[in-house]
Amino acid sequence: MLLDISNLTVKYPSRHGEFTALKDVTLTLEAGEILGLVGESGAGKSTVGNAVIGLLAKPGFVDHGRITLTGQQLVGRPEPEMELLRGARVGMIFQDPMTSLNPLETVGWQLCETIMLHKHCTRRAARTHAIDMMESVGIRDAGERFDHYPHQFSGGMRQRVVIALAICGDPDVIIADEPTTALDVSVQSTILDLLRTICRERGVGMILVTHDMGVIAEVADRVAVMYRGEVVEVGKTREILTAPQHKYTQSLISAVPRADVKIERFPLISYIEDAGTPDLARLKARWTKPKGAQSDIALSVRDMSVEFITQRAWTGRKSKVFRAVQSVSFDIPRGTTLGIVGESGSGKSTIARTIAGIYQPAEGEVTLNGMSLTKASTRDAKLRRRDLQMIFQDPYSSLNARMRVQQIIAEPILFQKGRAARDEAMRTADDLLDIVGLGGAAGRKFPHEFSGGQRQRISIARALATGANFIICDEPTSALDVSIQAQLLNLLKDLQQELGLTLLFISHDLPVVRQMCDRVCVMKKGVIVEQQETEQLFASPQHAYSQQLLALAPKLLR
Amino acid sequence: MLKLILNRLAHSVVVMLAVALIAFSMVAFLGDPISNMVGQDTTVAERAALRENLGLNDPLPVQFVRFLSHAVQGDFGLSYSLRVPVSELFAERMPATLELSIISAIFALLIGIPLGIHTAINRDSFTTQAILSSSLVGVSLPTFLIGILLILIFGVMLRWLPTFGRGDVVMIGGWSTGLLTSSGLRSLVLPVATLTIFQLTLIIRLVRAEMMEVLRTDFIKFARARGIRRKALNYRHALKNTMMPVITVVGLQLGNIIAFSLITESVFQWPGMGLLFVQAIGNADIPVMVAYLMIIALIFVLINLIVDLLHFVLDPRLHSSGAN
Repeated sequence: MLLDISNLTVKYPSRHGEFTALKDVTLTLEAGEILGLVGESGAGKSTVGNAVIGLLAKPGFVDHGRITLTGQQLVGRPEPEMELLRGARVGMIFQDPMTSLNPLETVGWQLCETIMLHKHCTRRAARTHAIDMMESVGIRDAGERFDHYPHQFSGGMRQRVVIALAICGDPDVIIADEPTTALDVSVQSTILDLLRTICRERGVGMILVTHDMGVIAEVADRVAVMYRGEVVEVGKTREILTAPQHKYTQSLISAVPRADVKIERFPLISYIEDAGTPDLARLKARWTKPKGAQSDIALSVRDMSVEFITQRAWTGRKSKVFRAVQSVSFDIPRGTTLGIVGESGSGKSTIARTIAGIYQPAEGEVTLNGMSLTKASTRDAKLRRRDLQMIFQDPYSSLNARMRVQQIIAEPILFQKGRAARDEAMRTADDLLDIVGLGGAAGRKFPHEFSGGQRQRISIARALATGANFIICDEPTSALDVSIQAQLLNLLKDLQQELGLTLLFISHDLPVVRQMCDRVCVMKKGVIVEQQETEQLFASPQHAYSQQLLALAPKLLR
Repeated sequence: MLKLILNRLAHSVVVMLAVALIAFSMVAFLGDPISNMVGQDTTVAERAALRENLGLNDPLPVQFVRFLSHAVQGDFGLSYSLRVPVSELFAERMPATLELSIISAIFALLIGIPLGIHTAINRDSFTTQAILSSSLVGVSLPTFLIGILLILIFGVMLRWLPTFGRGDVVMIGGWSTGLLTSSGLRSLVLPVATLTIFQLTLIIRLVRAEMMEVLRTDFIKFARARGIRRKALNYRHALKNTMMPVITVVGLQLGNIIAFSLITESVFQWPGMGLLFVQAIGNADIPVMVAYLMIIALIFVLINLIVDLLHFVLDPRLHSSGAN
């Protein structure tokens, strides 16, 4: 046995007493094996990895239990000895390749530094070894790229550098903490392939920490499911995915959006926080019908292009521009949902922001409820955009931390109706909080007192506050756990049904798009390569890129 | 690189022109230069002739261009009160101010950066608390008070060090330096100490804050996870990433020290530009004030240029092309 963790208990002392992050965790890992560690945020899966490598965030400590690496006990080893083990016996790969490398030094320098440390060799020998390492993790022209800085690599290539750094000391165990979460699906699958190859060829044991069941299904030999600091189930990947024994595992797996069939509602994990049912009848009563021409098309975009100036012109010379979006056109019928999918940098968020008026289009026309937004005076366009609201991706930065929730929701109402409507606005805010399942009392609290999912509910309440009937959702659930995601998507579906909302739903997650959208646009490099009814797209994608995206998306069962 | 330098130089020229315009309007609109130059018994005809001679009847743009061309050559006219060319006055005084400011900045960096690192790494240790609270005292006391206290202790009570002037100076090609004589060096100690204490607090706290920020980043954690030793981590990885904002602030502060060292110079009767400027205000000596304004602006512009170039050299993200 390579790594043996038994009864590991980690505690964090705090002002309100001790918090137990891990409780009697027992796991084993063989050489050449990939052990998946899944669970939702706060389950303690990263803490296991940090404990093994001896980098527990302060003031956390191992209360009791053993971590044995080929017979050597790691718990309680003094820091100087742990320092010698790191990189040489235990390696680690982090989530975000953008921030894992020192931005001021070349990739080669960072590799050589690490190799010289572990192999005690000359700089010249280290250089040769580093170039070999870079080649073995699939970096082409390694000799040339040796002298490049991290920012000159793409996200996927950077993660390869990170992997090279993690394995260049020949560790026996690698802890990969969400190694592909920050990457696009096509890059994700190549990195997962690389990790698997490394484990097989070098006989390295890997603990793969992730929240993504798809990733687990793809590469893990065995899976351990964690819930609130405890391992609730361990077993072969296939067995766990097809026949989960523990109730939590069952609900966790059922909450993962499926790419293969469309279902009406997402199954909920009753295990986690209670959602509360929205009181929709009351909401409907106060809902105002969209103003203006009653066309069937809620939003229409014609030949819209968006440009960014990358290099400003001096006199005479033309500015260099980057076309983020190239003449896209689509219509969204009232009461339906249009999805936009694509990898990062494909321009999908730019479309959302241009419709919302954050960017100005270079060309083309945007029409909301039959009224043009682009061919109107700034003032008129502002008035017309009142029917449009936006929900952002990051529930942590999209709410003002110094305002109470009630004020946050009431703000758009006050902005439209003036100070006089203050009492009414506050009442509406309380009602909305009730409707999204947080309860009116939540209005007195500040955003930091809520979890990510609850904050996203607040964002939805804010978007609904002015009675808007068109809502742009820019990756609304990509920062959330699957159980919370399921609740939130259900809420959006219910609201849409009751209020006839029209949604523009932007996401990189194909299964989610399948469950939420009526039509889907697939974007690549600023262009819509395919626009199709959802069912048809998933059944028979026409464009090569759509086929590729669908094929690469991790599947739970294959 | 060349493009950046040209770009920054163009910015600098614009800034200098704007300052020159302000300086010129001081000459043109503050008081009558003729009555400042001549005695009471000069006749009206003589005054008019002088006015014509000096070109004061020309249109303002012409006068401005003439002012510029003179300024570029370092010619700011005669001092009203001292009756000597302003350029000579500054050539005499500038070395004193620059030596004082730059030496104090070097000391502040040499002491401040290690202390900042120490307080960032050993966050809650006793020495950290001691350094932080005593540095707070340093910034709370105004410079003149520190100067006077130093004079009192080391000059008056202990009689170790001189309390005013530069001591003996040596001329090296038009630059008078106090660094080569023992009395010159001894004279430097107290004013340099005063200015160093003033700058030290900011540097310690800035380095500490930046360093703590960098130590929290992922790449430091990743470096630890692959076994990089503590020392290399702190001094090779973290320190370099800490230096960017430190360079910016230290550059601006050096400009401030040079421009506003007049308090320290007054306290120590240091024969620098600051002291000259204070006297010029007292005598309404406009040519001296104009020259001071232009020189200080030039120093700021130059320091900022150097700071930009240092950033450019240190940060590869500014000089190597982006992701491909």
